[in-house]
Amino acid sequence: MLQQDRWLAVALLLSLACESFAGPAQPVSQGASVNPATRFSSLAQIDRHNVGQLKLAFTFRTGRLGAQGSAPLLWGTKLLILSAFPHTLFALDLTRPNGTISWQLTPAANRVVDGLHCCDRIHLGPISNGNRVYIGTLDGHVIAVDPQHGQPVWDVAVADPALGETLASAPTLAQDRLIVGNAGDDFGARGWIAALDSNTGRTLWKRYSTGPDQDVGTRREFQPSRPEDSGIDLGTHSWPGTSWQHGGGSVSGWTLYDPTLQLLFHNTGPAAPWNPEPRPGNNLWTAGVFARDPRTGEARWFTGLHRHGLYGWRNGSANLILEHAWGGSARSLLIHPDADGRLYVMDRKTGELLAADSFLSEPRAQKTSSTAPIPRTNLQVRNICPAWVGAVGADAALDEATSWLYIPVSRLCMDLEDRSANYIQGTPFIGANVRVNSNSAARGELVAWNIVARKAVWRIPERLPIAADTLVTRGGVVFYGTLDGMLKAVDAHTGALLWQFKTAAALTGQPTTYEGPDGRQYIAVVAGASGPYGLAQQAWIDRRDATAARGLARVMANVDPPRDPSGTLYVFGLP
Amino acid sequence: MTGRIFSLVFGAVLLTACQRESRSFRLDPPIAASLEAVAPMPNGIGGAPPDSDAVLGHPYLTNAYNLNQGKQLYTWFNCKGCHADGGGVTGPSFLNGWWRYGPQAVSIFISIRDGRPRGMPAFGNHLTTEQLWQLAGYVRTIGAYSAMTAAPSRNDEMQSRPAENRAPAAIATPSDQWPATRYR
Repeated sequence: MLQQDRWLAVALLLSLACESFAGPAQPVSQGASVNPATRFSSLAQIDRHNVGQLKLAFTFRTGRLGAQGSAPLLWGTKLLILSAFPHTLFALDLTRPNGTISWQLTPAANRVVDGLHCCDRIHLGPISNGNRVYIGTLDGHVIAVDPQHGQPVWDVAVADPALGETLASAPTLAQDRLIVGNAGDDFGARGWIAALDSNTGRTLWKRYSTGPDQDVGTRREFQPSRPEDSGIDLGTHSWPGTSWQHGGGSVSGWTLYDPTLQLLFHNTGPAAPWNPEPRPGNNLWTAGVFARDPRTGEARWFTGLHRHGLYGWRNGSANLILEHAWGGSARSLLIHPDADGRLYVMDRKTGELLAADSFLSEPRAQKTSSTAPIPRTNLQVRNICPAWVGAVGADAALDEATSWLYIPVSRLCMDLEDRSANYIQGTPFIGANVRVNSNSAARGELVAWNIVARKAVWRIPERLPIAADTLVTRGGVVFYGTLDGMLKAVDAHTGALLWQFKTAAALTGQPTTYEGPDGRQYIAVVAGASGPYGLAQQAWIDRRDATAARGLARVMANVDPPRDPSGTLYVFGLP
Repeated sequence: MTGRIFSLVFGAVLLTACQRESRSFRLDPPIAASLEAVAPMPNGIGGAPPDSDAVLGHPYLTNAYNLNQGKQLYTWFNCKGCHADGGGVTGPSFLNGWWRYGPQAVSIFISIRDGRPRGMPAFGNHLTTEQLWQLAGYVRTIGAYSAMTAAPSRNDEMQSRPAENRAPAAIATPSDQWPATRYR
């Protein structure tokens, strides 16, 4: 009898384990009201007619220099914000006025990473699966927190700063797994993506962006979208010698989880070093898009965008999901705005490239690879466009109703001089001198792009690159922020400016919207510099050196320093 | 006669001019040993320079050969990745006259040799003591408070700022950088 009971329990457990993957797909929500796969909010209380009346509800100052790019997260009646590094996670009680702190948590910080994070955009959370809240930390930890009382549940170190690794993105929730990847292309860190058990923090699998098939997960179910990418151990053979061990390809951007196809989509960063001459070959699997199985980490397909990358283009902008007919048949689409100024549309099931259109008005992306400037060691090549930061300043938002994409654009060029690069563990592995410039008075642009019609609908020129993620709501309003600290709301159909607000610091993070405990819709954004453009604004940068802040210093030369360098949360509501 | 005197004087001037460029391919072992003998203060920030540095006339700040070696090491050991050409990236700028650990060459030497807690790696295992001093001397001249007579040789890389000996550090006060503190 006892024996029978035991078998029954095992069978029950097994069926439960199956349930967790075979069960109905649950949308992974971010603050319950903004879809993380599209940055579209279904809230519509604030619409194009009343957005002009938005008033400041309250502010909250984190007291940390700058900010990290993630939006605040609504959990119950609490609003959670993670400050810039060294991090503090604050929970504000929304039932009490003016952002009263409910609890705060400051994990121990390894300040070595102050010298390691440079050039990736940072989004470290928090995210929530309902009963737990998760954050990444710049110094390489993933921490699970009990959101009721602010107690850490588990804390694991996943990235090793001694190797030049940091974390730039919060984990992505895929059912009961947390998917996290490293940053550190500029330090020659080998890119990886890993899955952690969301209950314990235990690593379930870890796959690299370079190296043998076993490490990359390109052995069994792998079908590259281009036939030339099939072969044995291309992650080592497309590199000279052992240079794949320091070949970059980090997974610093947001990993996308598709619950219907049960697939993960993530970008791999540029190959290290920037100077391409020491790494002849295709340098797989850097600078492309992977689809992986969240259960095993095995790769399903890969679409390489920049083989043997020449310009150090970042590949951190978020991919988006769109279900729409394409060429006459219903397709599962993956939208990838790329650093080279093109919008890539792929089939999510196979990685097949369906479209690659330039969304830049000026400077246009290079049409063919034969006209692209080729950098050489010790030679200066001028006016390479787009600059290494890429043409996409931040994450785009997709209006799910119209399939219009709102792309925050950076229109910068660079002068690049490649030099020989030395790998010394924990130090930059770049091998290039770079000066960023712009021939245009409008260094940024917000582009509304009709994905299906494959053309721009309207454009808003901006004086500076747009480095803040966009948000679009069912109310027909697009929110975006500028580097001179202006939060703007524009009409999603016409691009007409409806409302704006001047914050005390640069906007480099994601605006969000939520329904407060009082049932009213609010708009929230954290002002404060972060990422490469934020770095160019810091007080320790001297602009007499044109190569300071990876050459971005002079782009920000005419921008007033922030009125208040601290990260500050602004919450707006209708009166 | 006057011609002979002239050439004698000219020769002497030439010889003294050579002094600035003098180089030794191998340091005398006692000097090399003494250069390592910096005495850091208990807080580890700065300290007393080795006696031999003053006796030799601060060769790592005034000798163009040493400065030039330092400039090469600055590129070879990836200093540019974090400090650019002195303008700073994730590491601080050397141009603006603010030194987190003080402007003394000893502090810079200790920073390079032992590293600093906020991201500066230790290069003590990668460089000889003489190279550490050459590099420290070069870094010190990037943000010199007064124009220097010695300078590293021509810059063959991307021109990004005025030459080292022509750009005395302009001290930007914190209130120049942050107007918020100016009005407080």
